Amino acid sequence: MTDGVWVIGGGVIGSLFAAHLSRVAEVTLLCRRSEHAAAVADNGIRVSGRADFVGRPQASTDPAGLADAGLAIVATKANDVEAAAAQLEGRLGDGSVMTVQNGLGAEEVVRGHGPWPLLSAVTFMSGTKLADDHIEYVLDTPTWLAPYEDAPLDLADRTASLIVESGLKAEAMPDLEPARWSKLIFNATVNSVAALTGLPHDHHFAELDRPTDLGHLVRGLMDEGTRIASAAGISLREDPWEMNVLATQRGSRHYPSMLEDVEARRPTEVDFITGALVREAERRGVEAPLMTAVYRLVKGREASYL
Amino acid sequence: MRVAIVGCGAVGSLFAANLAQLDDVEVWAFDLDQEHVAAINERGLRLSGAGEVVGKVHATTVAAELPPSDFGIVATKCMHTAAAIEASAPAFAGGAVCSVQNGVGNEEIIAEYVEHVIRGTTFPAGRILEPAHVQWDVKGDTTIGPFEPSPTPIPDVERLADACTRGGMPTQAVTDARGPQWRKLIFNAATNPIGALTGLTHGRVCEDPGLRRLVSQLVDEGKAVAAAQGIELDADPEELIDHAARPDVAYDHKASMLQDVEARRPTEIDYLNGGIARFGRDHGIPTPLNDAVTALIKGLEASWAQT
Repeated sequence: MTDGVWVIGGGVIGSLFAAHLSRVAEVTLLCRRSEHAAAVADNGIRVSGRADFVGRPQASTDPAGLADAGLAIVATKANDVEAAAAQLEGRLGDGSVMTVQNGLGAEEVVRGHGPWPLLSAVTFMSGTKLADDHIEYVLDTPTWLAPYEDAPLDLADRTASLIVESGLKAEAMPDLEPARWSKLIFNATVNSVAALTGLPHDHHFAELDRPTDLGHLVRGLMDEGTRIASAAGISLREDPWEMNVLATQRGSRHYPSMLEDVEARRPTEVDFITGALVREAERRGVEAPLMTAVYRLVKGREASYL
Repeated sequence: MRVAIVGCGAVGSLFAANLAQLDDVEVWAFDLDQEHVAAINERGLRLSGAGEVVGKVHATTVAAELPPSDFGIVATKCMHTAAAIEASAPAFAGGAVCSVQNGVGNEEIIAEYVEHVIRGTTFPAGRILEPAHVQWDVKGDTTIGPFEPSPTPIPDVERLADACTRGGMPTQAVTDARGPQWRKLIFNAATNPIGALTGLTHGRVCEDPGLRRLVSQLVDEGKAVAAAQGIELDADPEELIDHAARPDVAYDHKASMLQDVEARRPTEIDYLNGGIARFGRDHGIPTPLNDAVTALIKGLEASWAQT
């Protein structure tokens, strides 16, 4: 895997991939705004926090004219996968595409634009974008990846090795669904509750002392998610409630992206995260009143400012 | 007859100023807002809007200054009920105390301090414009009845209703006042937190099919808890909710809880959805969605302490 890598999407996750991978491969970051591309081309991407270096990827707003890459990592928000995949159409030769979106369904969208071998991934790393060319790397938790449809496991192994070589954590596995669903249930719950309450993911999310404590709602949402997963034939890799308790015990106060989106009055990813579970519940005939309620409330909150 | 208003905010002021129009009623008011109290004593309590009234009211910030009274009318926000009635209870040793507050659970608190309690539900609304001057936004009826575990004799309930009605606040005395109270409670609990959590006006909540369904689910839980107590609602909250959503009624209305949230004031959630959940637990009726919105609003309140 010495061929070039395109990273599509210059948010926190895309920037962390591009900066790290630029140390072991020819990397081009594809972003939407030309000022952003210019800043990265001129200054590189500075990573601080968990690591401290300046990555030197190329940067562009348009893949036309670029030499084909062996791998494209689609690291946009879920809402922008369609546009990213359209950019890739007819390109990459026999290269492959990896999706790392929150929620479900990004692979189907990409598949609609080309026959590339696909890798499904979820990432648990996180950070804060301080500037277009400066990312604070906060949580160095791993990215998990697996073949989608009939892509070979070997492709997932080689891609994971490349990511590890670049300084990030990654693990290849034959089936992503148990891990992906664990994260999906965790994310749908924590993001929706944070967006509605304004609370970062902190100790309130695990409190169970009084009947009105938030932990009961969090656990109720996660129980519904687990029932939906089970109806979909998925046995979870990790218990979402344990993930929640562990994360809140670390004492960190993580600001989930949906809370940041609501505070900045941007569209959220609720349709791809919480909405994905609600649709799955409807399809499988599973009752999910709490998940449905928080989904509708976040949609209503969006409607109040969009 | 002497009536003491406990908590002379907008609703308390409507009762105080209107009752003060009567020659046979002496009106006192206990409130902690010093400016408001001083202004009332200086120039009387004035209402404008739905009615133009100035009433002579004896106001005080010191509960111990309240003289022995025939009736108390408690009109504080729910979270202040206990402190307000604890301080003022001695004035009502020989009288009866009526709650005209939002939600459920206030009468239970009042009954810990006074012997005779009246359950009340009131619909008039207003807001304080300046000290001693209240905008009267909406006229409406009040229903009062004995609080069952600690009842006030019906003739006394009727005496208070008669005075309020004569003063300009139409009030009906009934033997079971739980129907109107739970109708108002269910209406408020199904709509207020949805407005507060989304930022949407009542009309916009109701025209979003997903949110309107959530409103109905909250109504259904409230109805089940009311039914388990043998309470017959005096009107269907669903119809009132749809009626209020009409452009000519309250489409653009921001729920009071949304106004509280925008101003970062503590909400009355514990006495609305939290009250339905509490009575539900007592009667073995699950209320998962009322529990959920209670937890979300309390989480929202907790977030203000952090920023």
